[in-house]
Amino acid sequence: MQTITRDQLLDKAVSLLADGTVTAVLGWSKGEFDYDVTPAVFKTEAELKENFVWNDFCGANFSKYLVAKMDRLEGKMLVFLKPCDTYSFNQLLTEHRFDREKVYAVGIPCEGMVDIAKVKAICGEGISSVDCGGDKLLVTTLYEEQPVEVATAEVLAERCVNCKSKKHVAYDELLGEEGEVIDSNRFDEVEKLEAMTPDERFAFWQNELSRCIRCNACRDACPACTCEKCVFDNPNSGVENKAPANSFEEKMFHIIRAYHVAGRCTDCGECSRVCPQNIPLHLLNRKFIKDMNEFYGEYQAGAEVGSRAPLVDYTTEDLEPGEVFDRRDTNA
Amino acid sequence: MRKCSLDSINSVFAEISKAASLYLPVDGTDGAATYTKWEEGLTWSNALNTVKSPKDFFFPQTEDLMEFKTSGKNIEVIDTRSEMEDFVVFGVRACDVKSFEVLDRVFIKEPVDSYYASKRQHGTIVAVACGRPAETCFCQTFGINPAEPAGDVSIWKTETEVFFRANTEKGEALMSKLSGLTEECGEETVNAQKEKIAAIMNKLPLKDLTTDGFGGGKTKELFDAPEWDELSQACLGCGTCTFVCPTCQCYDIKDFNTGNGVIRYRCWDSCMYSEFTKMAHGNNRLTQKERFRQRFMHKLVYYPENNDGLFSCVGCGRCLSKCPISMNIVKVMKKIGGKASE
Amino acid sequence: MQVNEFKPLIVAFCCNWCSYAGADLAGNNRLNYPADVKIIRVPCSCRVNPMFILRAFQRGADGVILCGCHPGDCHYTSGNYYTRRRMAALFSMLDFLGIEKERTRVEWVSAAEGAKFAATMNDFVEKVTALGPNKRLEDLRCKR
Repeated sequence: MQTITRDQLLDKAVSLLADGTVTAVLGWSKGEFDYDVTPAVFKTEAELKENFVWNDFCGANFSKYLVAKMDRLEGKMLVFLKPCDTYSFNQLLTEHRFDREKVYAVGIPCEGMVDIAKVKAICGEGISSVDCGGDKLLVTTLYEEQPVEVATAEVLAERCVNCKSKKHVAYDELLGEEGEVIDSNRFDEVEKLEAMTPDERFAFWQNELSRCIRCNACRDACPACTCEKCVFDNPNSGVENKAPANSFEEKMFHIIRAYHVAGRCTDCGECSRVCPQNIPLHLLNRKFIKDMNEFYGEYQAGAEVGSRAPLVDYTTEDLEPGEVFDRRDTNA
Repeated sequence: MRKCSLDSINSVFAEISKAASLYLPVDGTDGAATYTKWEEGLTWSNALNTVKSPKDFFFPQTEDLMEFKTSGKNIEVIDTRSEMEDFVVFGVRACDVKSFEVLDRVFIKEPVDSYYASKRQHGTIVAVACGRPAETCFCQTFGINPAEPAGDVSIWKTETEVFFRANTEKGEALMSKLSGLTEECGEETVNAQKEKIAAIMNKLPLKDLTTDGFGGGKTKELFDAPEWDELSQACLGCGTCTFVCPTCQCYDIKDFNTGNGVIRYRCWDSCMYSEFTKMAHGNNRLTQKERFRQRFMHKLVYYPENNDGLFSCVGCGRCLSKCPISMNIVKVMKKIGGKASE
Repeated sequence: MQVNEFKPLIVAFCCNWCSYAGADLAGNNRLNYPADVKIIRVPCSCRVNPMFILRAFQRGADGVILCGCHPGDCHYTSGNYYTRRRMAALFSMLDFLGIEKERTRVEWVSAAEGAKFAATMNDFVEKVTALGPNKRLEDLRCKR
């Protein structure tokens, strides 16, 4: 259950529209069910009142939409940003990907978003309604007489379980209370893999990546992937193969994608959220983040505008590529 | 109609596997079901359906068509097709069975796609009735009855038993191999299940979704509908909906340079991609709105126009649960169809 | 009976200013290193993007080595410093995916170090030969 209510957000949006501060609102729009909300641009109070929602399923990171949606807009756009979204927001500003003057950012606190797949794993298919209240969800299904009670903590998305920050690093206005950067356990999974033998790691990733259907959802949802023409879409690049024809291509796509966002990835977790095949893609990104923290000092992409990512920087004393392994082997 | 106990289903699988490769939905390490080649130790998944549709068996995501090798001035063309062996796809849902009919009309129409046709010929489909449809199911919108799945053999699964009914010659042939493992039985239990399914179908949230307002001849009014702007605005342009869809049939033919030759292969394409149907002059769909519109117009207007009113959606609900931004055909149909029928 | 001894295919990216000249010097000095090493000359070691390395493996390489000027000696002042960070990240990622870490290496070889070039290649080829053919990052289509 979110501490801030839909009505508070709605009032804010309506009043900013009314006084002319913004001409459009980027928010979440009601779906067929309680959990399938869609990002949408609202332009009138009536639209907002009818379709605007804010609940435990508003996971989409809006920062990426700012890159494309602002071009033809007259006036400012109101965008609601959860703490993790604000990091992407800053990162995109660092890369000059949208016009800050055209955005009115409202920071909103977030108590973590629910992964509907986890709810379905507990309650089964056939969910007819989900009521978010307190620290539990009341799930009504087609097959049970009584609603099933599920603790919200049990069905939080992986990225929210390991939330790295409840602090907003960018906003024009903040609703509710500011949070803190959290000392999370987000690298635990990476460490677990690092502790395995290379054979075990290879088997792990082979199993995970073999499910890839190359739908590109991870790329298209990623706020760091904003190339106008992706190398994997470019017929002249020699690697635009549209489908994971074999295990090499699966690996190449995901290595290159993770590499290209290394140092720019804020660890928002959208890639894993949108993957239809449940591949834990965030682990690749976290591996890069963890490595760079260890090799070159702590760095959080998007924590501030204009910071220099480790891969576009250097010192004369950096460790050698070969020492990467010596280091790990002596640590272990 | 014949039956066997659910406990003995593995011996049925073992028997089928003797003569043909058997594929059935099995739960993976991530908890989602995938069609997997059966071997001793694997269990038939209880999941309603697989993430990826079974169209892969007949129209794989990538498929080599031929190979070229050059030596000096000679180009050798190598046929990469191998002799197809018989296979059985077990546990296909009614919606997915219907999707094969949609694909057949594309690939088996003259000129016949021999790659597809040969797989269809060698595949036997064992379809299973849906005891527990999900909220995302809307197959009845397209006239599909999940209690009466088509396919070569139809099966009904209860808590303790599995009932079989052969529908075609291929199905009879398969059932004859299972005669020692199954016994003749009446239809009472199955009929009771059918009634139960019908009752559930009446409770589904999407049961009133209709195709009124769509179909052949509606191109003009629907193509220019102003709603496409709003519907497509959040679309990320990924290919999830098209790749999990059982009826999406667009593909691209590409050459892969191996360094010592060329492999010509075909792979699924997605109308959501910027390179879709790119031609020498460039691309004829420049914005995501146009690409988005193409997908739904194809399913709901163009395809029925060319195929006697058959829609190329079967209501399996995969795109409803997998779209990263939860935009899908149901939302499109409600928004645009409602208006057109007014 | 003839035993097919495994001969690895090694791709060596050498920067134009130092390592390529180092390879030249090794040749002029008649120093031996295995013919399994195929050199690709690049303007600077930082010209090598991670895709080059993956593509080399795809097309049949069993090991990929990247040679550039010693840190501080880059013809373009800082190119090899970037290389150093990029490859540290990439190699660590390949290792994370379970790909043998001995198949990739970065070595700094100056134009005066013909002996080092030959020694490096001898050592690298030996290590990769011991590993055997690249199976974990291979593309079977390219081996038809």
